[in-house]
Amino acid sequence: MRPIRTLVTLAAVMVASWSAHAETVHVAVAANFTEPAKALAAILEKTTGHEARLSFGASGAFYTQIKNGAPFDVFLSADDERPARLEKEGDTVPGSRFTYATGQLVLWSAKPGLVDDKGEVLQGGQFNKLAIANPKNAPYGAAAVEAMNRLGLQATLQPKLVTGESIGQTYNFVATGNADLGFVAMSQVLQGGRLKGGSMWVVPGSLHAPIVQDAVILKRGQGNPAAKAWMALLSSPRTKDLIRSYGYAVK
Amino acid sequence: MSYGGAPAPPEHLLCPMLDATSLAAVRLSIELALATTCILLVLGTPLAWWLARGDAGALAWLRTPVRTLVAMPLVLPPSVLGFYLLVMLGPQGPLGRLTQALGWGTLAFSFWGLLLGSLVYSLPFVVQPLVNAFEAIGRRPLEAAATLRASPLDAFLHVALPLARPGYLTGAVMGFAHTLGEFGVVLMIGGNIPGQTRVISVQIYDHVEALEYTQAHWLAGGMLVFSFLVLLTLHLTQSRKAPA
Repeated sequence: MRPIRTLVTLAAVMVASWSAHAETVHVAVAANFTEPAKALAAILEKTTGHEARLSFGASGAFYTQIKNGAPFDVFLSADDERPARLEKEGDTVPGSRFTYATGQLVLWSAKPGLVDDKGEVLQGGQFNKLAIANPKNAPYGAAAVEAMNRLGLQATLQPKLVTGESIGQTYNFVATGNADLGFVAMSQVLQGGRLKGGSMWVVPGSLHAPIVQDAVILKRGQGNPAAKAWMALLSSPRTKDLIRSYGYAVK
Repeated sequence: MSYGGAPAPPEHLLCPMLDATSLAAVRLSIELALATTCILLVLGTPLAWWLARGDAGALAWLRTPVRTLVAMPLVLPPSVLGFYLLVMLGPQGPLGRLTQALGWGTLAFSFWGLLLGSLVYSLPFVVQPLVNAFEAIGRRPLEAAATLRASPLDAFLHVALPLARPGYLTGAVMGFAHTLGEFGVVLMIGGNIPGQTRVISVQIYDHVEALEYTQAHWLAGGMLVFSFLVLLTLHLTQSRKAPA
């Protein structure tokens, strides 16, 4: 009897002490930031013991979910507009918002050689489908639409457009070859700073408004040390280098 | 939705509650559901007939595995179907290779791709009522028809089919309603193209995600009322037919 009781007490004490130090932060991550966020979650756990639980999706979808009480502590958006709106609407911890990255839009194909480095493939029409993210919900989709408009190609390309619910699904459509081309985030097609495969055109910043990506602590994350630790990690100089290696610009 | 292209037609003129894209989604959903139901009723008939024949025939051992396969879409998450369809329909996939060889291109993001997905997804909802109906008839009426020198086809057309009518009604209604309610598969292989692959359920999802609750309410409320009426009608006709 006695050894068992001791063991149970010991276990209880251990659990209590662990939970006192290690907290959990629920992070809503814009789909384009999936890879870096996973890397950061591993670093957070190793350095602080805090656990980051990540959800990936379209920024617009997250905004709606947060407005409807979704249990997220931190929101990493793919734009600055939605975090600013949440801040104005009183759903965030004041002063917690900052820009963690500026995104890079690319035109990508899983086929090597299909996309030239000037994006002229768009004019030729030698492709079956062009995938974009839903411009209503995904900032990368909105940037893609803007770029097509500036190129004067929206009417020609319209019949070939297919829309993914997030930039993640858009990437998937192209990666499986179901769509020949797609406007995706550079972070999705880079691995260790180099193109994973296929061919890409880095869309010039002059073709769309910059994709300024803001992070913010939500009301629910107020007083959560893990949320604070996550934001501190996100803005640390070493993290900035890590984020840059995925093709983002970081100030 | 037009992505910054031509101005949308004046929505309020088309229908006071639904905008043009919503109406297109309604139309597309009905077309898809009708096509799926008709094809499944035709293809499902010989399949259900064979499945209902108990342990007779040379390939009798195949019945249980086939029955299991037919029931699989009932329990599989739509994402499983969507994932495999996406991979198989792609240019490297077996179905994609076939459709390309036939000169049809790839089927993802097209009405035909959705139709294929719907056929798989709604298969059990049509076939199972047919199997039940054929089983309920039993062999007696057909044996009687045979003694009256009716050919097997005659017996099937003039004895089995009329007797199986309640099964056809149930199968048609369930197949139609279930296809109308399809979401996950379409979301994964559709590509959300207005008028081609954006069905009602996806349109509702888009409205909700974009916080357009008014439009979402009209479509979602419409689906709610429609589904209730369809099932109510089905239950009323069935209970009237049931023996007292």
